[in-house]
Amino acid sequence: MKVKYLLAFALAGCALTLSVPLFAHHGNASLDVGKKVTVKGTVTQWLWANPHCWLKFDVKDASGNVVNWVAETNNAADMMEKGWSKQTFKVGDEVTVTLEPVKNGKPAGKVLEVVLPNGETLGMAYLKK
Amino acid sequence: MRKGHASLIAIFVAMLLSPALTHAQGAQPKQAQASKEQKPVYASDLKLLDGWGRPVVDPLHGEKPGPAPRHDISGTWEPARGPGDGIMSWGPRDMPYDGAPEHDPPYTPLGLQTLKSHKPLEGFIRVTTGTSNDPRNKCDPMGFPRADFYQVRHTQIMQDEHKVVILYEFEKRWRVIWTDGRELPKDIPQSRYYGYSVGKWADDNTLVVETTGMTGDEKLWLDEAGRPQSDQMRVEERFHRVDRNSLELSVTIDDPQMYTKPWLAMKFPMKLQSPDYDVTEMMCIPSEMEQYNQDYGDVASGTEKK
Repeated sequence: MKVKYLLAFALAGCALTLSVPLFAHHGNASLDVGKKVTVKGTVTQWLWANPHCWLKFDVKDASGNVVNWVAETNNAADMMEKGWSKQTFKVGDEVTVTLEPVKNGKPAGKVLEVVLPNGETLGMAYLKK
Repeated sequence: MRKGHASLIAIFVAMLLSPALTHAQGAQPKQAQASKEQKPVYASDLKLLDGWGRPVVDPLHGEKPGPAPRHDISGTWEPARGPGDGIMSWGPRDMPYDGAPEHDPPYTPLGLQTLKSHKPLEGFIRVTTGTSNDPRNKCDPMGFPRADFYQVRHTQIMQDEHKVVILYEFEKRWRVIWTDGRELPKDIPQSRYYGYSVGKWADDNTLVVETTGMTGDEKLWLDEAGRPQSDQMRVEERFHRVDRNSLELSVTIDDPQMYTKPWLAMKFPMKLQSPDYDVTEMMCIPSEMEQYNQDYGDVASGTEKK
């Protein structure tokens, strides 16, 4: 009886390791791979740079306290291939950011997609030529 | 079957299905809660622009490519399989550092020891931004052949009767390949981040390039994943122009200090972009790197300065 339970747990363990995508990341070891968090906030800065672009935005939590979030994307040239630009965000833009958070619990992570003020979503797919 | 077994099997099947909910690099992320929330409308007016702000057009205009011109690899070349193919954050495309033994180069004991001392940002043994010891993290030049193995994007190749010049988009670096018949220097006058290169045409459409004289002393890593290189390394590149619009770059590493024998790092297909395509400027700027680490890198790594 015990052996059968052990076998089931071993198989489940294998399935868990299979669920981590292998080449999914040009990202780094600080990210909680596979996790997703969505936050709504106001843009305070959009830095278009190397080695990454990054978006800083203020999020009000349930008690009304402001939390300063920061989320990175790939480098500027890569983001251009995805249709993003230096002009994508303005200070004051109300955005909804879905990101892969960092493991240490800080308000930071890697951007997966953003809903812009006009309601459209900007993602991470490369544009077709 | 018994009830106990059925629930265990259900757990196992649920865990097997969990990969479907994780996203792949470059693909549209799947909506885990699409049934509860509205489906997103992806921004529809995005245009692919070049560095000049002009729309990118297919240089072939839907036609078939013509034959390769003789002894000519000039043009603006981009990764044939898409912009993501040239990023290679786990190491050269055909030998990534992913834990698979067939992807391990044949390390010498020194090679393996040096590998283990490296703390890269990417690949199998990657660490957080704040704890990495990659020389590139302070914007030191990537050097050669790492420039062939990381962020290969729009590469401009220009040539005349004396030399071929490679202009890399990433880090805005260039190197000269002498095709005037000279041999590599027997005594390297001064070690270089980008080495000394000579090229010979093996046939009408294949330029074979030998490069040596790269600096050692751990100033350079071979790739983004932390593989090592020494100042004894010789690199062979073969630029094979398949047809007018296709170029295949093969790179072989021969470094007797770090590897027991030569090994083929990659065979990388590239395609021709339009001659009027303006390449964006990509540089590692120390002040930008510092700002990034302050705003994000150290926060994410827990290495902020108190």
